[in-house]
Amino acid sequence: MRTALLPEFSVVRDENRCIQCRVCERQCSFDVYSYDAGNNLMVHREENCVACQRCSVLCPTNALVIKMNDYTYRPNANWTRESISDLKKQAETGGVLLTGMGCDKPLKNYWDHILLNASQVTNPSIDPLREPMELRTRLGRKADHLEIRNGNLEVPDYPYVDLSTPIMFGAMSYGAISYNCFKSLAQAAHEVGTMFNTGEGGWPRELRKFGTNTIVQCASGRFGLDLEYFNDAAMVEIKIGQGAKPGIGGHLPGEKVSAHISQTRMIPMGSDAISPAPHHDIYSIEDLQMLVHALKEATDYRKPVSVKISAVHNAPAIASGMVRAGADIIVIDGVRGGTGAAPKILRDNVGLPIELALAAVDTRLREEGIRNWASLVCSGGIRNSSDIFKAIALGADAVYIGTAALMALGCTVCQKCYTGKCAWGITTQDPYLSKRVNPEIGTQALVNLLRAWSLEIKEMLGCAGINSIESVRGNRLQLRGIGLEDWELGVLGIRGAGQ
Amino acid sequence: MKNLSRVNNPYNDDKVISQCSIFGMMNTSGKLISGMQCITAITNMHERGNGLGAGFAIYGIYPDRPDDYALHIMFDTKISREETETYLKRLFDISFAEEVPIFPTESIINPPYIYRYFVHPKLKDTHEIVDEDDLVTRRVFKINTSIEGAFVFSSGKNMGVFKGVGFPEEIAQFFGLEHYRGYIWTSHGRFPTNTQGWWGGAHPLSLLDWTVVHNGEISSYGANRRFLEMYGYVCTMQTDTEVVAYAVDLLERKHGLPIEVVMDIFSPPVWEQIDRMNSGDRKYFEAIRNTYGSLLLNGPFAIIVAHHGEMIAHTDRIRLRPMVAGIKGDTVYASSEESAIRLVCPELDKVWIPTGGHPVIARLKGTEGHDVVEGGREIPGTIVMEV
Ligand code: SF4
Ligand code: SF4
Repeated sequence: MRTALLPEFSVVRDENRCIQCRVCERQCSFDVYSYDAGNNLMVHREENCVACQRCSVLCPTNALVIKMNDYTYRPNANWTRESISDLKKQAETGGVLLTGMGCDKPLKNYWDHILLNASQVTNPSIDPLREPMELRTRLGRKADHLEIRNGNLEVPDYPYVDLSTPIMFGAMSYGAISYNCFKSLAQAAHEVGTMFNTGEGGWPRELRKFGTNTIVQCASGRFGLDLEYFNDAAMVEIKIGQGAKPGIGGHLPGEKVSAHISQTRMIPMGSDAISPAPHHDIYSIEDLQMLVHALKEATDYRKPVSVKISAVHNAPAIASGMVRAGADIIVIDGVRGGTGAAPKILRDNVGLPIELALAAVDTRLREEGIRNWASLVCSGGIRNSSDIFKAIALGADAVYIGTAALMALGCTVCQKCYTGKCAWGITTQDPYLSKRVNPEIGTQALVNLLRAWSLEIKEMLGCAGINSIESVRGNRLQLRGIGLEDWELGVLGIRGAGQ
Repeated sequence: MKNLSRVNNPYNDDKVISQCSIFGMMNTSGKLISGMQCITAITNMHERGNGLGAGFAIYGIYPDRPDDYALHIMFDTKISREETETYLKRLFDISFAEEVPIFPTESIINPPYIYRYFVHPKLKDTHEIVDEDDLVTRRVFKINTSIEGAFVFSSGKNMGVFKGVGFPEEIAQFFGLEHYRGYIWTSHGRFPTNTQGWWGGAHPLSLLDWTVVHNGEISSYGANRRFLEMYGYVCTMQTDTEVVAYAVDLLERKHGLPIEVVMDIFSPPVWEQIDRMNSGDRKYFEAIRNTYGSLLLNGPFAIIVAHHGEMIAHTDRIRLRPMVAGIKGDTVYASSEESAIRLVCPELDKVWIPTGGHPVIARLKGTEGHDVVEGGREIPGTIVMEV
């Protein structure tokens, strides 16, 4: 059936510049381009274009411009072009609309309504080029207090992981992303001294050498789990939910389950890998407690166990329950968190901005006097180092980045990850495409990103007259809100600018 | 937050930024000495303050009532005094009460009413068995947060804080401090840069017999405060120095840690140094940074912390505020400026600038350890508990 949808983007080619080299044709995984040999002309099917910009940046003569298609429906504030297109697509297909990456709706971005403090004369700023600036962060349960007994300082032996910088790579499974990306993340985490997270798709053997920098997930699908998987890693994460699609599970279509993925996930080749929304052995907080302890038992209490939930309306109460159930680390993933594939309607309408959820959870845990029992990690829409600094001042110990890391590898947020045709070789298992990420170059890009952000965090620390990230954690006095209502300032626990 | 007007912070600022001069002296034999040296020395650093706050803490001043908690309370009005006294009578046995003698001076304008009460907490109102110190602490917080116009600014035994708005010499004159004798004297001349002075916010800041005078600004205040709040401390005096007093109380009194460990918590070595240590030291510092990372004091500070038996002079680990220590016989001095020490004791046995992050600890003779140590931390052997 020919679709009745307007093409979203226009491909504008400058015929004077085009040399018919056919790079665009080879680069485009969405079949936009083909070559008309008779006329020695490149032709395009604009309706296939997703604006991934692979062609335009690789065109040797800069002959291509991809821009929004300006054909338009009659303007209507209620029936936007997006809502009309979505409805028509569903009328044509009868299915749930899928999408990739995080929520792109103009929800209020609280990071952009928060300003940081800087020292002036009474408290000197510190020059990070001359003075030590400490970013090291330790995740795991902390003792409530230390004791001296018989002249000895008694130190409870809680397991932990150390990060050289409070930035980790969030869960992205092998299967959702290509092997080369997965490897780049593992290598970069190792080089920087932080953690990468295998996600729910198992952990290839040859990458186990990066174990001290690896978090393994135990998700509802239980893919790739065995004792070695847990024991080779530095930390175990139970995934309950993720910000892009709270309350639903995941699905890796059978055609992506290659020999290597089948081996890694421990499932038959070509079979669909379905992770259900609930863990079928967790229907209560007590059940979660049992899994937390089962994993601790399996790893001889040597690995911290984290529990990841998406930011939902009663996240503070849930987080409190999770801490009491023995979680050493709580991860909260906000509404802007990315994903390989999610029903669009969920991605855009379910969950909470991470800023509010994080502040509410930190406050709740402190009110209950149990903030020391677990570290707090937040994720979902972290875009730059100031977002990280603000997150820590609101109460996080560290953050996960996902989309931002993929961008370092080339992603342009075209939101077509669920098609498996990622032209940048990131969210695809097509060997032709996935070669586009060179793991060595990818590693370097990720290392560069973390280095750059860490330097910036040091600058922000220095300007606040602080030389250790620990003194920023939960230090909401370093923040002021602007353009926020009283209730928002109240949830964030910060003062308004000028107060 | 209630408004105590004269005795409180008129701008309701969370943190009052102050610079200042600090001076402390201790007779390690426990001999009671007059305050003249201390008053002279702090007065010599007049230029470091701006007349918006000064104060003294003196240990050993109430030898006749050594076991009573001496509550020094400021009142804004007679009504606030009556209300507080009703509360005190209900929850404390009061053995003696009086208005603190004052000697009005021209420059001290509009002071609050200042009384002292020698008390013991009554236990009968509580169902739980609690430590007396905890009860006093709790009730002090209660008065400070809920009785309009009343402010407890000193609550230890056989010691007292005297403070207010003025230069140190004026405050000393106002309270007639030359009439008091103590074996530790600490003092403060204040330079708050962005608020009017207010009586409650002058230093020393105290809780029970812990007192702190401070020069600097604590940029980790927000983190320190939120950590202390988890342990029931209510920050009512709205100054960054307050967190130091409460942190010392939490760590030394409640968690039973020696003062050397407390100072290591406030300004531990950086992680890179810790990484290079032997395994015993490394475990020790890892443990304290792990557990008490939120009590690391960041920003520039020089503090003199005192309690019965000890006076500790300490600066931040990159030493952004001045501190000089000196010894003459059995007297130990700590000061923002050497000139202040030299003025009252020209011939010193030893004078030196302590290393940043290394506390100078003066102790009463006869107590464990040497009477003066610098950074003389004996690292307790760490043992790892199975959990
Ligand atoms: S890549 Fe550029 S130059 Fe090559 S065919 Fe395409 S548009 Fe023409
Ligand atoms: S990963 Fe690939 S498909 Fe997904 S948004 Fe990024 S560029 Fe597009």
